[in-house]
Formats: sequence, structure tokens, C-alpha cells
Amino acid sequence: MENFFLTISLALGFLVLLSLYRGVVGPTVLDRIVSVGVIGTKTTVMLILMGLIYKRVDMFVDISIAYAMLNFIATLAAAKFFHVRKSVIPGVRFYKEREVK
Amino acid sequence: MILTILSVLLIISGIFFFFTATVGLLRFPDFYCRMQATGKGDTLGALLCLSGIAVYNLSDGFTLSSVLVSIKIMLIAFFIFIANPTATHAITRAGLNAGVKPLMKEDLQK
Amino acid sequence: MRYITTFLILFLNWLIWSGMFDAFHISLGVISCALVTFLSHDLFFKEKLSYRNIVETVRFIKYIPWLLYQIVLSNIHVAYLVLHPKMPIEPSMVRLETELKKDLSLVAYANSITLTPGTITADIVDRKHYIVHCISKKVADDLLAGDMEKRIAHIFEEAGYKED
Repeated sequence: MENFFLTISLALGFLVLLSLYRGVVGPTVLDRIVSVGVIGTKTTVMLILMGLIYKRVDMFVDISIAYAMLNFIATLAAAKFFHVRKSVIPGVRFYKEREVK
Repeated sequence: MILTILSVLLIISGIFFFFTATVGLLRFPDFYCRMQATGKGDTLGALLCLSGIAVYNLSDGFTLSSVLVSIKIMLIAFFIFIANPTATHAITRAGLNAGVKPLMKEDLQK
Repeated sequence: MRYITTFLILFLNWLIWSGMFDAFHISLGVISCALVTFLSHDLFFKEKLSYRNIVETVRFIKYIPWLLYQIVLSNIHVAYLVLHPKMPIEPSMVRLETELKKDLSLVAYANSITLTPGTITADIVDRKHYIVHCISKKVADDLLAGDMEKRIAHIFEEAGYKED
């Protein structure tokens, strides 16, 4: 059974690498934030799988919930920032309002 | 034994949905479509994987500590179930407000 | 009543997450839960509790299995779109009118839209319109039929909707 969990963890790690591609290449900043959020969700599952492999699930569960909450708050904070800034182009601020005037 | 088989099935289907979410993140042509793939695939993938692990955790026997750990794992799954759509909605709204143009089907047919 | 309910919810969470059942840890939990309840009793429930809250909770729990079924359907739909070699997507932005009034039902409806097949809520304008991103035409037609809105209105007992 341990081998099974190790394989699943490796598969998740491979998927993390694939999502990292969008984080590096992604055309806008928002794509990168989405990629970070996706990686965070996979890491939450991976942490509990690590707990199963080391036979200390009760400890790793607490780490995992802390990671999930931090990931959620980070995504929300970044979304709020770009919601107020109204531009995803670096160096250009309040892009929309200037266009209106 | 039944619990182990059930957990293996749950974890493998979870991995499948994680896989489709990641491929969607890579393949879709525009920011909003990528949100479609990740916002749903990740939620269900995490839900299935975590419930699979919770079921496997019970297969050694129903003691107080193992039941507690399983409840905690299901609480994490519930948290992700609430938090992931909210984060998806927040980022989509930020993108709309920041002027990222959505790709319409007329653009795709060119 | 609000104090007692908030305290019970917090204390149940404390018991699950601490996992220690000796007198020292439980008394710590009682002290900290009481402090948090005293400081923020109006966060969970804005209005006074009544019999209605119990009805809403029970109906919401009944609603969850249907939502899970919809989520599985939506994931299979997205998986089909992703793995299809030609990617038959037709993205569009739809303006969806709603007659829901309460905060909680608006939030529940928005989250349900985000979780069900191929649709994401992007914005709420003036509590009247949702702006929804749909990934294919079939999905947009399903959404505009308004089956889910009726279910949400039934849960939270909105005015203007009859009970089945």
C-alpha cells in the first residue's frame, strides 16, 4: 500500500510540474496566480499522503489545513489587489478610468 | 479489505480529475476558460482524494484517534469545497474588472 | 441564543481539532471559545435565531447530494471538452436575471453556479443581475432554464416562489 501512495504522490508532483508551465509562461499575471492556487490544492493532498507514508497522519493533517487556509487567503488577497488596481499590465495603473476620460 | 479497494478507487478517480484540470489549464486558449477547468476539476479532485484517504485511514480499525483524524480530513475537504469556488469567483471578477478581454466564440471561428 | 449557538459551534470545532480530552485542554478551550464568542457573536448570525434557521439548515443538507451530482456531471463535461482533440468550446458571457433577495441565498446561488456544469459567476450587478461565463451553448441554455434558482428559493423561503 505504501508503494501505491508513493506512486500517487509522484503523479501529483508531475502534475505540479505541468501547472508550473502556466505559471512561468502565462500571458497575464492572473494566469500565474491561478497556477499558484492549483499547485497549492495539489500540495494539500500531497502533504496528507506524506503523512500516510511516514505513519504520522495526525500531525500532517494540521499542517495541511494551515496550508489550505494560507493558499485561499493568498489567492483572495491577490484577487482583491488586481480588482482595485484595475490593470494587469505592469507599470500601467487605473487603465480603465483613464480610457473613460 | 472493502475499505481499501474503495479508497483506491476514490483516489484514482480524484487523480483523473486533477489530471483533466491541469490539462485544461495548459490547453484552453483564454483566461476565463482556464478558470472553468481549474475551478471545477480541482474541487472534485481534492474532494475525492481526501475522502479516499479518510476511508483508508479507517481500515485499520475504528479507534477514537483514527476516527478523529478521518473527521479532520473530511473537514479539510469541506473547507476546500467552500473555498475553491469563492477563490475562482474572486479571481474571475478581478480579471473582468482589470480589463482582461474574454474570448468569444466569434473569435474562435476565425 | 446567538451566544449559545456560536459557542457550541466553536467548542465542537475546538474538540475536533485539539483531539485532547483531559481537563486542562478542555478548560483552555472553554475560556478561549467564550472570549471569541463574546467578541464576535454577531458575525455568524446577523439576526435573531428562530425556528426558520433549523428549517433552512435541514433543507440545505438535503440540497447537498443534488449539488454533488451536478458537480460530478460538470466535471465529466469539462473532462470531455479538455480531452477532445478539437476542443469544441463556445465561450460566451451571459447576463442572468435573478429575483432572489437575501444575502445568503445570493451567495449560495453564485457558488452553486460556479460549481455546476461549465459556468462561472463573474460579477453581481446591483443585486439583480449575475454576469456568468459559459463555456458552451448547451450549458448556457440549461442555466437560463432556471431550475437551480427555484431550488435555492425553496431552501431559503424567498417570497414569490411557491412551495412544491
